[in-house]
Amino acid sequence: MDEKQFKKLSRRELLKLTPLVALGAFAIPPLREPLLKKGLAFSDWASGKFFRPGHQAETFVDSEVTPFEKFPINDYDVDDPEVNFEKWTLTVSGAVAKPADYTLAQIQALPKTRQNTRHVCVEGWDVIGRFGGTRLSEFLKLIGADPTARFVNFECADDYYESLDMATAMHPQTLLCYEMYDQPLTREHGAPLRLTVPTKIGYKQAKYLTDLKVSHVLERVGYWEDQGYSWFYGL
Amino acid sequence: MPAEVIEIDSAKSGETVQAVYEHPWAVRFSHWLNAIALFVMVGSGLQIFRAFPSFGAKIPQKDLLHWPKMFAIGGWLGGALQWHLTFMWIYIATGLFYLGYEIFSGNYRQVLFVPGNVRGVWPMAKHYFFFGPKPPSTEVYNPLQKLAYTSAIVLGALSVLTGLAVWKPIQFSWLAWMMGGFHLARVWHFVVMWAILLFLLGHLVMVVLHGWNNFVSMLTGWKSDPEYRVR
Repeated sequence: MDEKQFKKLSRRELLKLTPLVALGAFAIPPLREPLLKKGLAFSDWASGKFFRPGHQAETFVDSEVTPFEKFPINDYDVDDPEVNFEKWTLTVSGAVAKPADYTLAQIQALPKTRQNTRHVCVEGWDVIGRFGGTRLSEFLKLIGADPTARFVNFECADDYYESLDMATAMHPQTLLCYEMYDQPLTREHGAPLRLTVPTKIGYKQAKYLTDLKVSHVLERVGYWEDQGYSWFYGL
Repeated sequence: MPAEVIEIDSAKSGETVQAVYEHPWAVRFSHWLNAIALFVMVGSGLQIFRAFPSFGAKIPQKDLLHWPKMFAIGGWLGGALQWHLTFMWIYIATGLFYLGYEIFSGNYRQVLFVPGNVRGVWPMAKHYFFFGPKPPSTEVYNPLQKLAYTSAIVLGALSVLTGLAVWKPIQFSWLAWMMGGFHLARVWHFVVMWAILLFLLGHLVMVVLHGWNNFVSMLTGWKSDPEYRVR
């Protein structure tokens, strides 16, 4: 083979790598955004597949629990949205048999669950907390939630909002939480009622709950999700 | 499976040089795809780390680490996560495609470090680092190269497994458990990244030292006038 033939052969081999140019789409802003959204959506889809309804998050003995004062307080706006406890109710709507304003006493009358579980923040830190409350699945039974509904949506006193897939909402460790460390929830931790979802990342565990809506379609995904975070984010 | 060899006749000097087909398309394609994916994974990973640059208690983010903006892929935690959670699929798919190709084509014999290669590592290291004589070679990769590349492949697999333990510590609780828990999984994921970067540093130094023909071989597959003799 002479040099010319070899050059031609080399060029042909080089051209076979041209499919790699397709990745350049990620360098073009109008294409980048939808591509990354697709990537995130694919990850969420995979997360849903990885989720096992019967598989429980690790629980810990009391000695492993992070001291209460070291449990970080994270919020997107204010530590204390000044909820009036006297007048507080959880407004239930959507695909339920008994839509109404539910009082804390009604929620606390349901069986109580206490658990020491890990709280993982999207930032990367994690703490082990002691949480007490009623299983969300119990409350969904009480309000007569449509078993074919797919989502449970939450609104909060600080205008935060979140949503859960039904499989996670029905998980035995998903709590409507009104106690931390065996004490009534403090204002900074979301009094009078917050979510504890050990199978999900921290920002899914909304505080200062005011509204719960069971739905077949997702209307408002979540505050951080609307900024670009993953929706499912199961651990 | 010996690599394909051709003889090239130089028009000017009238001499003949060997050219060896070192890297089949699947290897070249996955090499460059992996290079891009790795760049994005490290860049977005460092940006994610920036949100909580500690392995202890929660500390406030920001202003603890500075690096060039081009490496801070995504711009903020949420953006970086989008890149990380998108390119991890490309990274994993590339790795699986490469491993599948190597195994089913038999090409793994070119790169896999086997016990028989142990003897050859020290003479090669002596040559590279202490100006020892160059051991004769009839293979595309010398024993030290095989050790380096095999380690890189293992590190790639570990980066995926540690990442999976950080992303899904509950669904893959056994993985997190093997790594000493969620906390340590995050540490391992970080350590594996630095190990890969260390490999990359050595790899790039070698690429520069071995010149143009060597570099071109990862683009066209063909290395003309190789540093070893085949047949």
